[in-house]
Amino acid sequence: MICSQSLAFAYAGGARLTFADVNLPQGGVLWLAGPSGSGKSTWLALAAGLLNPCAGRLDVAGRQLAGVSGPKPQAKAADLDRWRASAIGFLPQRLHLSPSLSVRHNLAMAQWAAGQPENPALARTVLARLGVDTLLDRMPSALSGGQAQRVALARALLLKPKVILADEPTASLDDANAEAAGRLLVDSARQACATLVVASHDARLAHLLAHVTPGFQTLRLVP
Amino acid sequence: MSRAQKSLLPTAVWAWRFLRARPLGLALNLILLSLGLASITVLLLISQRIERAFERDLAGIDVVVGAKGSPLQLILSGVFHLDTPTGNVPLAAIEQLRAHPQVAKLIALSLGDNFRGFRVVGTSPAYVAHYGATLAQGTLWQAPMQAVLGHAVATASGLELGDSFVGSHGLGTGGASHGSAPYTVVGVLAPSSSVLDRLVLTATASVWQVHEDQNLSSTDSAEDRAALIAERDITLALIQYTTPLAAVTFPRFINTTTEMQAAAPAVEVARLLSLVGVGADVLKALSGVLLLTAALSVFVAMWSSVRERRADLALLRMLGAPPQKVAGLLLFEALWLAVLATACGLLLGQSAAAGLTLFLNLEKSFMISLSWPIDLWRVPALALAVALGSAFLPIREAYRIGVLELLQSRSGL
Repeated sequence: MICSQSLAFAYAGGARLTFADVNLPQGGVLWLAGPSGSGKSTWLALAAGLLNPCAGRLDVAGRQLAGVSGPKPQAKAADLDRWRASAIGFLPQRLHLSPSLSVRHNLAMAQWAAGQPENPALARTVLARLGVDTLLDRMPSALSGGQAQRVALARALLLKPKVILADEPTASLDDANAEAAGRLLVDSARQACATLVVASHDARLAHLLAHVTPGFQTLRLVP
Repeated sequence: MSRAQKSLLPTAVWAWRFLRARPLGLALNLILLSLGLASITVLLLISQRIERAFERDLAGIDVVVGAKGSPLQLILSGVFHLDTPTGNVPLAAIEQLRAHPQVAKLIALSLGDNFRGFRVVGTSPAYVAHYGATLAQGTLWQAPMQAVLGHAVATASGLELGDSFVGSHGLGTGGASHGSAPYTVVGVLAPSSSVLDRLVLTATASVWQVHEDQNLSSTDSAEDRAALIAERDITLALIQYTTPLAAVTFPRFINTTTEMQAAAPAVEVARLLSLVGVGADVLKALSGVLLLTAALSVFVAMWSSVRERRADLALLRMLGAPPQKVAGLLLFEALWLAVLATACGLLLGQSAAAGLTLFLNLEKSFMISLSWPIDLWRVPALALAVALGSAFLPIREAYRIGVLELLQSRSGL
């Protein structure tokens, strides 16, 4: 679950963003809506524990990320890294599949980054669930856009996250692919019992979410 | 395996995977770094071999007495057998020196001929004993025209005990052959890693016999023969003092009261090394420039790699990798480069030193062979310093990468 109260963030230049409160149950879906520059990425970074809010309270997947004085900064950072590896799955808009690594190694890299041993069987299982387990040895340059997105999603799901953060997952896709990607995202989150947060200004995705997940919440951000 | 080892090993593997994915950059950096390290390796090998050869061949020789001329030439020809001698000196004058109170040991040498480029040296068994050489086969010479081959001479010529050979006049190949005065091989020395390895040793009388026979004819009278014998020369004498104080007075005595000159090897070798040192310094500077170029290349490659992969590295942070793990990836890339460049540099350096030995025909002068002197530790140390030094800023950059960049980068795979 994700719960925030009076959350605010101050940029180095002095600009300040305040966010409306969120109370999202485990398995729920949150749509972060707003134009570019409205703070969608900042909210995602706050939820991933990568930025510190200047005010308010934020709980994500059972961890209180703000509103509490914790241990020393370094220990807190290392602890946060471990927590992020286990609790957060991230699907960036630019998929960031390393072009020099095969699909197998792109997934293995996620396990290495999280400090886990390589587990090819698990990677194959997750890829199979998304219908792309035959692509294990392909290089990213040999994947279609849809295949690449499924591989990136597999990477996000690999570590069984409690929360999936998706940043503009349909921005560069045509209508058919946008709908397929949206459905895949929602279905995958549902299967993994994960909370899904989608940052997007794509009206098509909002329409789809309204259609397939009637209870989804919207957090509207304004610049 | 400790926890640290467990986490370092996969990081090293991932660094290698990323490095291998940029083969062109890897090859360029490796070539540049290896060339710099190879030139340092060659310098270290050659200077180490030369210094060791000097130390070894000079051991126990305090002064060399020979004909007047260049003292350095006298040392190079008499001790290291590298240059032509300054001339000959009367045997009688040298024999008088044996009785000098400051002379503990005197070894007379007669030069003038060669066998396939290896010098034929007329001397006494004391010369062999001086370097502590032992016989691998046969015996030392018992009579004129018997020869003992140094290890390298025997290996190069393939001569065995009982074989005969003739010398050629002069100290290089191509001189007139002394066909009427063949030598018989009676012994082969075991390798001693000294100058003896590349010499043909025989009795001093052999050298006289070969050359006097050329000057005598069957019509010469007994008087002529006696006169020739009385005027016999040798080339030089290697002398060991009875006391270190002799170093002050003995050379002066020779240089001022005789027609000969005395040259102190220690002084002349120091002068030679200072002359050679200028060349070595130039080579060191060139190697330094090569290493600096390599360092710049590594820096540019790693810096652009970090710039290009900022978002990918940020993704690693998003996936749970702490900043030190991301920086560690770059650190291991630099370490891989250092390890590979060290291996290539040492291999290239050793090959170049061996090639130089063959090309310059050094096996007849300084016996430069494959060796791993302790000084070569400088090569991996330099490789590490260059790789880590040039990777420092990229590593720091990788450590500081923020995830917001990832969130703000748009479109593409």
